[in-house]
Amino acid sequence: MGTLEVNGKSVEVDEEGYLVNLNDWDEAIGAELAKTENVNMTEQHWEVVNFLREYYNEFQIAPAVRVLTKAIGKKLGPEKGNSQYLYELFPYGPAKQACKIAGLPKPTGCI
Amino acid sequence: MAGPELKAPALREYPTAPALQPDAMAGLKCYVANEKIQEPLGFPGKLADNWQDTHDRVIGRMGELLKKYCSFKVFMDACVHCGACADKCHYFLGSGDPKNMPVARQDLMRSVYRRYFTPTGKMFPSLVGARDLTPEVLDEWYSYYWQCSECRRCSVFCPYGIDTAEITMVGRELLNYAGYGQKYLNEIIGKVHRVGNNLGLPGPALRDTLDGLEEDVKEDTGVDVKYPLDEKGAEVLLITPSADFFAEPHIDSTIGYGKVFHAAGISWTFSSLASEAGNFGMFIGNYDQLRKIALRIREAALDLGVKRIVVGECGHAWRVAYAFWNTLTGVGAGGKDPFAIELQKQLDPRFKQPSHICEVTWDLIQQGRLKFDKSANDHRVITFHDSCNVARASRMGDYPGGQFDIPRNIVRAVANKFHDMAEDTIGEKTFCCGGGGGVLTDELMDIRVKGALPRMEALQRVVDDHGVNFMATICAICKAQFTKVLPYYGFKSGMVGGVHQLVSTAIKLGNEQ
Repeated sequence: MGTLEVNGKSVEVDEEGYLVNLNDWDEAIGAELAKTENVNMTEQHWEVVNFLREYYNEFQIAPAVRVLTKAIGKKLGPEKGNSQYLYELFPYGPAKQACKIAGLPKPTGCI
Repeated sequence: MAGPELKAPALREYPTAPALQPDAMAGLKCYVANEKIQEPLGFPGKLADNWQDTHDRVIGRMGELLKKYCSFKVFMDACVHCGACADKCHYFLGSGDPKNMPVARQDLMRSVYRRYFTPTGKMFPSLVGARDLTPEVLDEWYSYYWQCSECRRCSVFCPYGIDTAEITMVGRELLNYAGYGQKYLNEIIGKVHRVGNNLGLPGPALRDTLDGLEEDVKEDTGVDVKYPLDEKGAEVLLITPSADFFAEPHIDSTIGYGKVFHAAGISWTFSSLASEAGNFGMFIGNYDQLRKIALRIREAALDLGVKRIVVGECGHAWRVAYAFWNTLTGVGAGGKDPFAIELQKQLDPRFKQPSHICEVTWDLIQQGRLKFDKSANDHRVITFHDSCNVARASRMGDYPGGQFDIPRNIVRAVANKFHDMAEDTIGEKTFCCGGGGGVLTDELMDIRVKGALPRMEALQRVVDDHGVNFMATICAICKAQFTKVLPYYGFKSGMVGGVHQLVSTAIKLGNEQ
């Protein structure tokens, strides 16, 4: 366990740097988490991150990759509705890396 | 991820035993489970403050297990150090660390067994390689029992049939018993109890995902293929790993399962209660967890009133289903409690209970109930990776080796181009993907990449000789592991996929012109 310091606020993260408490998240913390992943956040990144948080609020789980690509395609245009687009934004995988930046728990299992 | 870039070992033209690199993987350590993860499973939250307490707890439990599992005692006593297993482990071949030789992995436990449970070891420990259990030994166990995927390849070559997987399972059980559990598996087991599956997908998220699949299939094919959830009175309950609802390429096989049932006119359903085929209780060698996880399936089957139970593409789940479900749950004969007996009466005796999805699909193909356009798979040159638990711990069909033939028969029925990898890397001698048995976690990526070496070498050969561009498999762990490690060896991550992904591509749904 460790902590992440942002603007004088200290939040708890686990061994892999995921937020322990979902409610600790704000955009500044999201930006700091992105730095730990070497992801340079642009508007396109935030679109995905915000979608993940909305989905999580409704379903208590991150969306499946397929659900994510489809939703992004519907919302942001078909040219963005593919996993290649998402992997360009989040090279280590949209499910794990984007979830981390969004402050969501890491999806676990055979994935 | 941050951190140093991992490099894969070079592929060798003539794979032989590697030069020894003592302690190459010493100290590799996966994350330890905290109290919040450990305690709900009935394990101590952490190691005792006092070493003597930990020591006594571990040795006491080892004594219990020696009485409970006759196999464990035989395996401790029987080894003659002939060395037949030494170069059979993918983790040894990839890392060169001699402690990853199966015999050495066993000896980590055997040396302690001798010290406390054999007369010579009690009296003359140094003469018989016996050693005290110390904190250093416990750490060594933690490191090397999490560098074993319980794949059982070594046991195929052992003249005594010693099964290193069982020794690893005991090692992990003892570690859990000491309060020294692994985060990856134990956190997931907790999720199964709380939510119903390894991923933690609640019912509404499942339904939402399945709705999306129905839309996609309709768009692709024009046919209303249904992906039912919790449908009472369905004939078949399909139990599949939750990764099949979530990850790529897993989900393409899920689409395939639905198309098979649709084309054959069989009513079926998933269950939100039992939305996980995987049973990580086996990986940690803990009978109580194994049973508790399996009982969810019985509960769902009784509740939904299904007549058949079918298991999706998941390697170790098929071992648990094939070998243990009967006595654990009453799926199949053997369970003797009232609910098990009730379930045995409910299930249709004309079908194998449980059946593997590949058995179902192959039966339907043989009956002429499925039609394919094989040319739809012509862009693929396919090989098949046998998953360890299917290959060496279970069977399909009604003859020995059916588990090797049936998936290949399906591939050949739905595609034109198929080539097997080298004989000594498939079938019962198949190499593990490198991520099985509880090793599929990011912090173990180094050993996962190294452990994939023998499979990657075999794959490279069929790529060079036949232009193979698709490796089919029937295990969620294999799919996830290969997706991650293929790029380290210069392959595309998208070249791995499921057998039912291939079925899905070629199957005719009855609306063709």
